[in-house]
Amino acid sequence: MGKAKVRLFARLSELAGARETEVEVGEGLTAGDVYALLCRRWPAMSGLAGSLMYAVNAEYVPPGHPVRAGDEVALVPPVSGGAHAV
Amino acid sequence: MLFELTAAPLDPARLVEHVRRDEAGAIALFYGVVRNNSMGRRVLYLEYDAYAELATKVMRQIAEEIRERYPVTDIAIQHRTGRLEIGETSLLVAVSSPHRREAFQACHALVDRFKEVVPVWKKEVWEGGEEWIEGEAVT
Repeated sequence: MGKAKVRLFARLSELAGARETEVEVGEGLTAGDVYALLCRRWPAMSGLAGSLMYAVNAEYVPPGHPVRAGDEVALVPPVSGGAHAV
Repeated sequence: MLFELTAAPLDPARLVEHVRRDEAGAIALFYGVVRNNSMGRRVLYLEYDAYAELATKVMRQIAEEIRERYPVTDIAIQHRTGRLEIGETSLLVAVSSPHRREAFQACHALVDRFKEVVPVWKKEVWEGGEEWIEGEAVT
């Protein structure tokens, strides 16, 4: 079926010790499923499902968005740009 | 319009010149600056991470949103990545408009939207610890 690339940022990349990784793409795989797969690999990532956003090929998508071989998936924690959260 | 993420020091003069127009009587420029304290802790420095490809797209989307709400002439946004020392500039938002009120309002609204949706993250490093700061979830 092929693989999808997964980009990791901020706390997630520190937990994984990597900026990117890969997952096997199976039938019906969704962006949310990718997060579940990574939680099995890195259990410390668990518990974020309610706050994560997802991007596929650099577009925000809902968790149920399909992931295909060759896609780039990103797990996007709540953002904190600017100088300070107020 | 100009949307950039860069590891180099930000350049306010370049942003202002980018949005300057003969028909725009006002330019509002916002600086986000690294503060030396957060939640009672003395901050040593910050580190910013970003999903650059998505961030520049989302900046363009929020700029288009703002242009629908205010009579904006042009917009330029820069955010810095990597390690930033206290007093350095992390975010610049420049907005030109025919009149000052709309320039201020549009610039304010853009900074607020930036902090909600642009995929940029900040790590605070203080004496004895560090933490990735996560904003409010907007799912």
